Amino acid sequence: MKIDKQTLQKIAHLARLEFEEESAEAMMADLSKILDWVEQLNEVDTEGVEPLTHMSVEVNVLREDLSQEPLSRERGLKNAPEKDQDYFRVPKVLE
Amino acid sequence: MKNFSSLSEIKASLKTGTLSCATLVEHYLKNIEEHKHLNAFLEVYTEEARLQAQRVDEKLRLGTAGRLAGLVVGLKDVLCLQDKGLQASSKILDGFISQFTGTAVQRLLDEDAIIIGRQNCDEFAMGSSNENSAFGPVRNAADPDRVPGGSSGGSAVAVQADLCQVSLGTDTGGSVRQPAAFTGLVGFKPSYGRISRWGLLAYASSFDVIGIFAKSIEDCALVLEVMAGPDEYDSTATQLEVPAYTQKLDRGNAKYKVAYIKNTLESEGLSAAVKQRTVEKLRWLEEQGHTVEAVDFPLLDYMLPTYYILTTAEASSNLSRFDGVRYGYRSPNADSLESMYKLTRSEGFGAEVKRRIMLGTFVLSASYYDAYYTKAQKVRRLIKEATQALLGTYDFLVMPTTPTTAFKLGEHTEDPLEMYLADIFTVHANLCGIPAISLPNGTDSSGLPVGIQIVADLYQEDKLLAFSQYLQGAAT
Repeated sequence: MKIDKQTLQKIAHLARLEFEEESAEAMMADLSKILDWVEQLNEVDTEGVEPLTHMSVEVNVLREDLSQEPLSRERGLKNAPEKDQDYFRVPKVLE
Repeated sequence: MKNFSSLSEIKASLKTGTLSCATLVEHYLKNIEEHKHLNAFLEVYTEEARLQAQRVDEKLRLGTAGRLAGLVVGLKDVLCLQDKGLQASSKILDGFISQFTGTAVQRLLDEDAIIIGRQNCDEFAMGSSNENSAFGPVRNAADPDRVPGGSSGGSAVAVQADLCQVSLGTDTGGSVRQPAAFTGLVGFKPSYGRISRWGLLAYASSFDVIGIFAKSIEDCALVLEVMAGPDEYDSTATQLEVPAYTQKLDRGNAKYKVAYIKNTLESEGLSAAVKQRTVEKLRWLEEQGHTVEAVDFPLLDYMLPTYYILTTAEASSNLSRFDGVRYGYRSPNADSLESMYKLTRSEGFGAEVKRRIMLGTFVLSASYYDAYYTKAQKVRRLIKEATQALLGTYDFLVMPTTPTTAFKLGEHTEDPLEMYLADIFTVHANLCGIPAISLPNGTDSSGLPVGIQIVADLYQEDKLLAFSQYLQGAAT
């Protein structure tokens, strides 16, 4: 499958990425090539095969329902690029 | 100081008093300093390691030391250790400090292991040569012009060059076994769910496992025994009892049924030396009275495409958390929330990580989900079922770990597909969630290490390690 500019931009937006002119060309070429390669899978007959969605053999492993503090607020905020006392700060969303 | 081949050798010297943990740590610190050009460590915990060594020496004196007293361990830069830096060799986690310690690492500490530092790797564990690191490539100690393999390249080289006794890496598609093969080590990938993933920075959650680099099978068995088992922080970690792996390494004169997949040895990219070493090993097994049979596995060629669709899909989801809001790098050039997300991610991630996020986002997008993602999940089931059917008949699958020995830096960086082929024989075990190990299997004509891979059925680590011990014993 050939990835054109429009598709690339759509996917980039979904992934919250941006590409400049030159890197966009390279990314389109790489993605097109990789997709052509993975399309080999169409040769495999998967009629009636259920998708394999989980690898764990465990089912519903639950711990006791006790209230705990896994991470303190202080530790939770420790790595924030911008914060105030209680919250992460981001650029203004509403005018 | 000598290069100890196992923890039991270290323990013997500790016991006679010819060695202390303090002098052992100094030995590694000196080696790390002398091998800086290999770029294996991103950070060395000099003071903490010295302090911990003193504590363990004191415990040894009192007779209260844990099972890993004397073991110096390095951690791939994807494993959390509280109040230490962690950034998956990525710019996007600049300045990040772990706020807790992961389960596997905590269990090592509880048995008095000494953590000496964190190790360079491919960014977010994505790569097969350790050339995708924001901190530059790691070099192979056997030949510094060659790669150590990836993604856990720093962890491999650290054990190879005796900068620590054991390293923890992670193996999503071969990231422990492939570098182990390139550096002449034991590289072990347990079954999916054998070791808790709590505190492991996620790449592809249905593939990721913590793996072990060691110089001996007994170290591997001991470290696995300590780390394995249920964990209330990871519901995918199995509730199954953990066997005493260290007590089950000797299987006497057991005779095994071994299969090799015909097309692995006929594979186009397989180097003559690797093929020869593999054939020799299979012939030797036969001579020892084991059953060795060739089998067909028509799905072999579909493994890598299946792997890349599923892992990139999972990665695109896992890596969406790196948005500049809660931790790590935030672009200073943004003027709105959306541009903050986009600029942070575009400036913070390297080229290969972006490529995989884009591919993963594409295969998960509404119009293509069924054609790519669901299709790959179906093929994954076929591969898993066919493999486990084989392992119902045979004890092990034996194959080369990698198609070639360590390649030169820059040799495969132009074409991502060419690089992906380095994992052609290792992704199999991750697709099926089953355990596999790479063992040293001689060298090629330039003296570069060759690896051989043994694959066993789900949760048969005990049998796999015993067989590995037998093969290793025969090799020396």
